[in-house]
Parts: sequence; C-alpha cells; structure tokens
Amino acid sequence: MPAFIIRRLLQSMIVMFFVAMVAFLMFNYVGDPVHQMVGIDTSFEDREALRESLGLNDPVPVQFFRFIGNAAKFEFGISYQHKRSVTGLFKERLPATLELSFVAALLSLVIGLPMGVYAGLKPDGWLSKVFLSFSLIGVSLPTFLIGILLIFIFAVTLGWLPSYGRGEVMHIGWWSTGLPTISGLKALIMPSITLGLFQLTLIMRLVRSEMLEVLRTDYIKFARARGLSNRAIYFGHALKNTLVPVITITGLQIGSIIAFAIITETVFQWPGMGLLFLQAIHNVDIPIMAAYLMLVAFFFVVINLTVDILYYVVDPRLRLDLGKANGS
Amino acid sequence: MNTPLLNVENLCIEFPTRRGTLVAVDDISFTINPGEIVGVVGESGAGKSLTGQSIIGLLEPPGRIAGGSIRLNDQRIDNLPENQMRKIRGKKIGMIFQDPLTSLNPLYTIGKQLIETIQTHTDMTVTQAREHAVNLLEEVGIPAAAKRIDHYPYQFSGGMRQRVVIALALCVNPLLIIADEPTTALDVSIQAQIITLLKKLCKDHGTAVILITHDMGVIAETADRVAVMYAGRLVEVGLVRQVVKQAAHPYAKGLMNAIPSLTKRVEKLTQIDGTMPGLKDIPNGCAFHPRCPDCMDICREKRPELTDIGPTQVACWSYHDCKH
Repeated sequence: MPAFIIRRLLQSMIVMFFVAMVAFLMFNYVGDPVHQMVGIDTSFEDREALRESLGLNDPVPVQFFRFIGNAAKFEFGISYQHKRSVTGLFKERLPATLELSFVAALLSLVIGLPMGVYAGLKPDGWLSKVFLSFSLIGVSLPTFLIGILLIFIFAVTLGWLPSYGRGEVMHIGWWSTGLPTISGLKALIMPSITLGLFQLTLIMRLVRSEMLEVLRTDYIKFARARGLSNRAIYFGHALKNTLVPVITITGLQIGSIIAFAIITETVFQWPGMGLLFLQAIHNVDIPIMAAYLMLVAFFFVVINLTVDILYYVVDPRLRLDLGKANGS
Repeated sequence: MNTPLLNVENLCIEFPTRRGTLVAVDDISFTINPGEIVGVVGESGAGKSLTGQSIIGLLEPPGRIAGGSIRLNDQRIDNLPENQMRKIRGKKIGMIFQDPLTSLNPLYTIGKQLIETIQTHTDMTVTQAREHAVNLLEEVGIPAAAKRIDHYPYQFSGGMRQRVVIALALCVNPLLIIADEPTTALDVSIQAQIITLLKKLCKDHGTAVILITHDMGVIAETADRVAVMYAGRLVEVGLVRQVVKQAAHPYAKGLMNAIPSLTKRVEKLTQIDGTMPGLKDIPNGCAFHPRCPDCMDICREKRPELTDIGPTQVACWSYHDCKH
C-alpha cells in the first residue's frame, strides 16, 4: 500500500510539473507581462526597471523554477485587472465553487445511485422507464439551457428561488459558506441541480447497466442458491461489484464539475472561480488564468489519487502487489 | 421402500415466446431417495439444467413451471412463495454450478461468504460460524484452512475454488445437492479429485445428489442410478450398472456405445446419426423416432410412456410390445 501511494504521488507530481510548464509558457509568451502591468505613459527606463525587478531578464530555466517554487506556495503574483494578489482573489472565490461542486456531486450520487439500483433491479417496472426517459433529458440538454429553463420557471414565473448570486454567506476564517443560511441554501438549489443533472443521469445509467450486468453473473446465481436474502444479494454482493466503474466515473466527473462550473456560474452569476476565470480571459489576465489552470490540475490529480486508493479498498484483486510483498 | 426424499411428478417447463410456447421439459417424473446419487445425462438442450433449476426454484424467467409438482419430504415446494423457498435453498437443497471461477464473489474473502451463508441458515455466532467454516474447508481438502479462510477467491486455483464452492453448498448439511456439471470447467486430472470428494462428502453427510452432466464416465463412477434425458423427456431411468451395460432405449444404447473404450481398437468413434431437434420442432410420437434405428409406425404417432422393464424404466414402444 505505501509503495503504491508513493508511486502514484510521484506520477501526480510529474503531471503537475507538465501543467506548470504550460502555465509558465502562457505567462511568458502570451503577451508581455510588463506591458500588461504598466500604463501607456510609462517610460522605457521604468519598464526595464520593472522587468528587472520582476526577474524577467533571468535565464528561462531560472524563471521556470522560480515559477514552480512560487506555484508550490500558491503565489501567482498580482492580477493585472484587479491589481490584487491572485492568491487572495482565489481565496475569496474558491469556497463558492467548491461548495457548489460538492453539493452538485453529492446530489448526483445520493439521487443517481438509488435510481440506478432501482432501475437495474426492476428493469421492466414503469418507474424504471420514467427514470430512463428522464435521464435522456439530463444527458442531452446542455447545461446552460437547463439553467435558463430553471431560472425561467422557478425564479421568473413562480418567484420561489433567487435567479443569481449566493444569497447570504457566513464567514468561517477566510472560508465563506452559504450552507447555514436559508437564503444561501435557496440560492444553491438551482445552480447545483443545473451542474449536477448531467452527472446524476450519467451515474444512474451507469449503475443501472452495471447492476443488470452483475445480476446475470454466476456468483449472484450461486448466492441465490445458497438462500441469501435479496437484501444481502442486491446490496452486499451486487452493488459492491458495480462500484469500481462508478467510482471511476464519479471521480472524473467531480473534476469536471469543478472545472466546468464555469458555465453554471456564468448563468447564475455565482461568484466562484469559474466566473473569475471567464473575466480573466476577457482581459488577458494571465496570472489568474495560470493559477486557475494549476488549481484545476491539482484538483484532478488529488481526485484521481483518491479514486485509485478507493479502488484498492473496494477490489482486493487490485491489491496484487500487496500479496506479492507478503509472499502469498 | 420408505418415502423418497424428492418426488418430481409430471414436471413441465415452458418458455413463452412471441411465436408460441416452447416446451423445454415435457412431463417428466422421477424420485430420489435419501443419500442417493442420481446422474442426469443428455445432450445440451435436453432440459437437464432446467430440471435442476426448477427443483431449487431458480428457473430464470421467462421460463416457468407449467405443470406437475415437486415434493421434498412430502412437502410441495414448486409453488412456495419466494420468501419460504429461500429458506429451503441452501438449507435443504444446495446447488453447485459449472464454473467455480465465477461462482464466488471476487470482492469478498471465502470466509466471509461461508460465514454469511452459515449465519443465514443457523443461529451460530460469527466465531462459531467461522470455526465451522474452517472445519468445512479442511473437510473439502483445503490445506492450511485456518489461514486460507481469509483469502480472496482469486488467490485460489480452479480446483481449489470448486472445493470452496462444495464447502459452501454443504455448509448447513442440505438433504440434496444439485450439481450442475460440477467438473466440466475443470482440468481432467482435477475432475476425478472433485468427483471423488463430492461422492465421499455426500456419503459422510448422507446427502443426496442430482449430478447433471454429459460425461458418462463421471456418472458410471459416481452415481447409483442414472436418468437419460432426450428433448425434454426422460427416456430411461435405471441403475447405473444396468444402463451402462445393457441400455434398453435406443438413444441410451447409442450414448453408451459412443463412450470410447480403452480395450477395443476402433477406426471411428461410434455416433448417433442426426441431431437432437430444437424445441420448436420436436416431432410427434416419440421424440427420438427420426434418429432411431428401430423406428416403427406407432413411434411416429404416439408418445411412449415411461414403463417398468425389469429394474429399469424405459419410454420406448419396442418394449411395450414385448410386454403385451
């Protein structure tokens, strides 16, 4: 187990290294940072002085390693557009995005998993057919359309839910959360549904097809022949065997949820990183773009690592190297 | 003779399809006595496995029991509701499947699967169940059972896994075990070991066995009686020695002649001409008549019933004639 984790950690670090390289290249070759930072009336000498003080005249490898060193401390300099430290900006925005993504992922798991299990156990039931038709909508409608439809129905026509923003938030240290307040929760409903709907239907369809597959296997037949209860067969034997693919997809999807919260955040004017990133693109605010790139890559790497460790927990066959180490 | 353990009477199994109902098992009756090993032979599709599945109540839909009855110790079990049937499965009737590699859940240790089964049917505590499981594993010949019990199925070889499967089927001493081709997926050298083990264990525990196979060698070595099935019908039931040496039904004769012999040198292996009809086009009269070397007029028109001919029962018109 530890050897496995260390190997995975090293691989993750290689991934992060290459992402850092891309981010660094963007920094240096998409436009001139000095040009972005100073006004039009700054003299040539001042520009050169700034260039020197920023270390932009150093050899490229030196600059790259300085970039990595700073990135490891999550220092990405000053945003061109906001004239504030990128770290501070992300600290403000990160909780909003993470909260939204987490709630969306949780919703899709908590609703999608039971729906999938039900549809897998009763493939001919009318409710299963309703689930399946519903999932088709979730898979095929684009996110922004769902968001706009929800706003139209629940915010404009019925007036039940706010159409934009996070509502009231509470601050715990530098972390802000909308979960403890009613207006925060209300504001969270539509964005998280919009963001999670696709994953929900994906998880549901995946669990359903995996369940159907597993229920046909010999070990389920044998479990029945041993007289085990349906509960033990479905939830003890069948569900656990469907989990490996479900964990994979859910893990990858959580990464995508965080990365692609951009669209949902735009539709609902959610003050998260996605919105910040989109504004940064408009204004060629490269420090923010680089930081966003690194952060999203970091999330993906952490999630993948977690997924790998979960595999290990769920499926003993993947613990092969452990078995060898014990000499059995 | 005391009452049989299992009494199957006029069992019919059907598959409703869009183009009409297919009769897969057609009106078969047989009994099994306590502790007896009965072999069921026949070609693929003869209805052997379906018969086994219907006895344990695991017939897969759309297949269904269309008629007849199955009694275990005089209690009717073919129409029991699912929750009562579940108490019989594993506890009174066990089943062993063809492929040991896929019969065990790969994600749980064999110990967990054994303990789970034992606790489903008895009031043992985990510790007692575990102790019982270790004893069982020792009994089926797993070396270092106390250590191996915590291993996962993938850590066992095919033959060892089939031993585990047998331990699972036997764990609460069922009265009857249905072994559906228990050795087909195994190596020939392992087959003999498994069959010997199964025979020994069932003798020790007094368990009756229905041994479904198409391997006459296995039947000849293991079973007390043998039932030959053809196109969903029983054509001959009798003592193994009798049937192997002097089969009465032309199909059974053909099967026995098809067993290669070590002592006789032959150019070509004997075979029965033609193939078994599909369920859609089982002929009128005796299902075997198009392939039968001794076919008579009556065979094409009327179906022969299973009749006592000495110690064996045969469904063939040529023997009816002898009697009358």
